Amino acid sequence: MLADENRIFKNLYGFQDWGLQGARARGAWDQTKTFIDKGHDWIIDQVKASGLRGRGGAGFPTGLKWSFMPKNDSRPSYLVINADESEPGSCKDREICRHDPHLLIEGALIASFAMRAHTCYVYFRGEYIRERERFQAAVDQAYEAKLIGKDNVHGWDFDLYVHHGAGAYICGEETALLESLEGKKGQPRLKPPFPAGCGLYGAPTTVNNVESIAVVPDILRRGATWFSSLGKPNNTGTKLFQISGHVEKPCVVEEEMGIPLRELLDKHAGGVRGGWDNLKAVIPGGSSVPCIPARACDDLTMDFDALSAQKSGLGTAAVIVMDKSTDIIKAIARISYFYKHESCGQCTPCREGTGWMWRVMERLVKGEADKSEIDMLWDVTKQVEGHTICALGDAAAWPIQGLIRHYRHEIEARIDAREAAARTAAE
Amino acid sequence: MAVRRLHPEQPASFQFSAENLAWADKLTAKYPPGQQASAVIPLLWRAQEQHDGWLPEPAIRLVAEMLDMAYIRVYEVATFYTMFQLAPVGKIAHVQVCGTTPCMLRGAEDLIAVCKRKIAKSPHELSGDGNFSWEEVECLGSCANAPMVQIWKDTYEDLTPASFEKLLNGFAAGNPPPPGSQAGRQASCPAGGPTSLYEYSTTRTAQAGAAKSGAKGAPVVMPAAASGGAAGLAGVVAEIANPGETVADGHRPQGLDGPRGGTADDLKRISGVGPKLERTLNELGIYHFDQIAAWTPEAVAWVDDYLSFKGRIGREGWIAQAKALAAEKKA
Repeated sequence: MLADENRIFKNLYGFQDWGLQGARARGAWDQTKTFIDKGHDWIIDQVKASGLRGRGGAGFPTGLKWSFMPKNDSRPSYLVINADESEPGSCKDREICRHDPHLLIEGALIASFAMRAHTCYVYFRGEYIRERERFQAAVDQAYEAKLIGKDNVHGWDFDLYVHHGAGAYICGEETALLESLEGKKGQPRLKPPFPAGCGLYGAPTTVNNVESIAVVPDILRRGATWFSSLGKPNNTGTKLFQISGHVEKPCVVEEEMGIPLRELLDKHAGGVRGGWDNLKAVIPGGSSVPCIPARACDDLTMDFDALSAQKSGLGTAAVIVMDKSTDIIKAIARISYFYKHESCGQCTPCREGTGWMWRVMERLVKGEADKSEIDMLWDVTKQVEGHTICALGDAAAWPIQGLIRHYRHEIEARIDAREAAARTAAE
Repeated sequence: MAVRRLHPEQPASFQFSAENLAWADKLTAKYPPGQQASAVIPLLWRAQEQHDGWLPEPAIRLVAEMLDMAYIRVYEVATFYTMFQLAPVGKIAHVQVCGTTPCMLRGAEDLIAVCKRKIAKSPHELSGDGNFSWEEVECLGSCANAPMVQIWKDTYEDLTPASFEKLLNGFAAGNPPPPGSQAGRQASCPAGGPTSLYEYSTTRTAQAGAAKSGAKGAPVVMPAAASGGAAGLAGVVAEIANPGETVADGHRPQGLDGPRGGTADDLKRISGVGPKLERTLNELGIYHFDQIAAWTPEAVAWVDDYLSFKGRIGREGWIAQAKALAAEKKA
């Protein structure tokens, strides 16, 4: 198990002071000026060497992403922090923003400096109202202490603004977020051009997840090798895991990347409700990744590579646990409804497909379908997947594909039971 | 996609309050010159807050004018983002129940059943008195505290149908419980106490704005750990074993070795007490309403401190509630 001294988010549960004084006592805002004095490229090289991969779901190497930003450009550069945490199962950025906000502010300054940006916007999901208020209070403290702002003690003019949405999952997609931040409907943009070339207000922009930014100050303070020594090769560092569903004690906890799933659940979440043998399936990375059946969970480790080998993904490390009492068809149908509700309506395969898939799923829950429709549903998921501007279409398709891949027998059994009941009724 | 249309009945006009107008001026300064459209969501949101929790059509027009945007662009934003309520909502509470899979797995459907029974049959329908309304919303990002609801700005987490009803009753009576976990745990820390960060799991520093009562600067034992159970909590457990070291022990209310006659009262009937707190109280030897009814102010302070409740016992009126329940039991 990860030792407490290796944990970055020491006030994860908010037992202590979230404010500047408390944050400083826990080590924040220490040596920040030293890092900035070492220069833009030094910081990017450190982040690259740490092996940090983006914590928002896709797992793209953070240092590499930063290096795409232009070095000499007449336009201003922007850092935009994605606090639009909406992936079902995910609830980690919330804890950072309300309990350890200064780590995020410090990280925002360092990252902005590395990318030669003087302005950073933090885009909160609209529902995180108290979290936003708390974060704004911390930002005000940082301005007042001259840690950020014009002529701050770090010698890099830096403004940080808090912005918010109003209830649209799609705005977690980086280009939809930029559209929303510009005051439009959150409909994703085609890429290319990528945000690093043409992002917010047509200027070079990098969009990063809250956790990716908030871990950066500690990586610099303790050294890239410290971070890369934790976890597994290509899956380094620590990660906030969010455990929900059928466990004894749901929680958020920081652990080492690559921790075995079983250890994670047993040590921190009190184990699966009714014991490990009562496990039916897990969704390991938020609702958009396919589920993994219990038989594949015994030796499963929680990292990007191990989970993609299982045709799933680490996503945001939001582990949704389902025990044997779960109606898994219904659980996935609810996810289908979510995507139907959240489709932005821009691309036809997604706008029409998510509604179509949800309606078939609702019939499968009741067994009111023909078995050939399972194949038809599979086929439709394949027609949606990869044929839309953003990944929401994929995210709507994958959970259903996971269901059919692993639980086709349950769907068929339900159809059989329904038909048998209808026959009995007719006789 | 959700199909969303404006309400057929609209007020004739909408004006921002002077205070909100001053706020709006500062808001646009966050964005570069010419990019004032960026302020559209915050501005519409402020209009909704000012207008009893729903967004009227004249406000859409006004915001378009203020930001020099085409009306259709603001209309698009108002209908695209689902937090903009386009029809009137309950005056006391508009209850947003998270119904997405992580909450569904832990009983969100039971909460929706409570809404249908206590508020109105359909979502977005006003209750008979116009004070309440409800809707099922998509994931609210509190999955480790499922199931949960959001009412206005606050979230109420770790709900059961019973504690949810209590919550609604609290709103109706003008006395809602404090937001956050309704099962008495700290944020998303595992129930029963942390499994990590032991050194950081006591409130050592007075929290800004929350230091009015309770802590008094002394280290206070966290409430969740008091009911114990988690192994390896050596440091925290040591503090619990000797509560006298952290809070004055002289006022500890006298406890019983066990419930009188072998049957304890259902302390959960006290609004504010859940199953977890009931266990903790039992561990203190408190089993009956009359015991709580007899607490002196010093005893209340002691228990409050012990549970690091910051005055919750007083706010929730436990003593009065216990007195009433004890009287009811006698009769």
